[in-house]
Amino acid sequence: MSVQIEIPNSPRKQRVTNWEKYGWLYMRISGPLLIVLIFTHVFVNLFTGEGIKQIDFAFVAGKWADPFWQWWDVAMLWLALIHGTLGMRTVINDYTEKPKLRTALVGTLWSVSGALILLGTLVVFTFDPCPPTSNPDLLPSFCEAIASS
Amino acid sequence: MSVVPAGTLYRGKVGMWSWVLHRISGVAIFFFLLVHILDTALVRVSPEAYNVVIESYKTPVIGLAELGLVGAILFHGLNGVRIILVDFWSKGTKYQNIMFWIVLVLAVGITAYFTPGHLERVLEF
Ligand code: HEM
Ligand code: HEM
Repeated sequence: MSVQIEIPNSPRKQRVTNWEKYGWLYMRISGPLLIVLIFTHVFVNLFTGEGIKQIDFAFVAGKWADPFWQWWDVAMLWLALIHGTLGMRTVINDYTEKPKLRTALVGTLWSVSGALILLGTLVVFTFDPCPPTSNPDLLPSFCEAIASS
Repeated sequence: MSVVPAGTLYRGKVGMWSWVLHRISGVAIFFFLLVHILDTALVRVSPEAYNVVIESYKTPVIGLAELGLVGAILFHGLNGVRIILVDFWSKGTKYQNIMFWIVLVLAVGITAYFTPGHLERVLEF
């Protein structure tokens, strides 16, 4: 009887999906996209015009009246939060010794992030720039035209 | 002659400090983003609720913190590109040191360029 021994230098068979690799790749693909999305976001909202002084309900309504900025913000929301969550997972894994604590922390992390992604997405797509019972002074100027028509 | 060991600090060079700064900035931006999604969600409560909370972003103390946020996002983003270049570009490791200093100069420079205008808006003498 002879024993079959695998050739020692044959490549290792990969049977399960390598999630760590895809997480690693995700960090590196989302990064450059986030540069464009976030740098533009901060430039438009904070550097141009009146900067932080211009931010109010009417400003947001003005932006989200345009599907372009709606999709911009939703893309930024998903990419940034998943990137940040994967990054925080790495940080947690680095500093926790006990497996139970680690599982609990990473579980909490994904729950919080998932809830906020859902919330943020709903906020963008259910947004009403002209809520009917609101003080007209706080609304964007185009609401008047809608109200009087 | 014996060689003096570098000490227990992990190498203590650019590689370590860029990692420390990248980690701190990433965690800080993450927590900002959690709060930021909640404050933005107030537009679905009422215009009044959103405006009241956003007013706090225009106060001197939070206004100063915003400078830190701008610096953090600039550093983290640009240093992220540096990390990606080290991973994928054949000459990345050769230039990682000079790339760190370019990242730092850009992050500090752009933040400094933005600072006077922003301070004028949040401090209001
Ligand atoms: C102090 C600097 C910042 C200010 C003043 C600011 C302001 C705003 C405003 C006014 C909105 C409403 C919609 C719009 O204008 O597009 C918004 C939404 C958003 N911002 Fe920022 N932002 C800042 C920094 C950031 C940073 C650094 C990030 C990324 C980490 C970010 C991520 C987002 C996201 C994801 C949304 C959409 C939220 C949702 O879907 O509910 N913002 N921001
Ligand atoms: C502006 C564009 C951004 C770029 C180019 C970028 C790039 C990167 C890269 C390349 C890594 C290293 C990943 C690894 O070693 O596997 C990383 C880590 C990380 N990022 Fe970002 N990132 C950006 C925005 C953000 C945002 C908006 C957040 C927060 C919501 C964030 C939070 C983190 C965290 C927490 C880590 C883990 C740090 C560590 O392990 O020490 N990043 N980022």
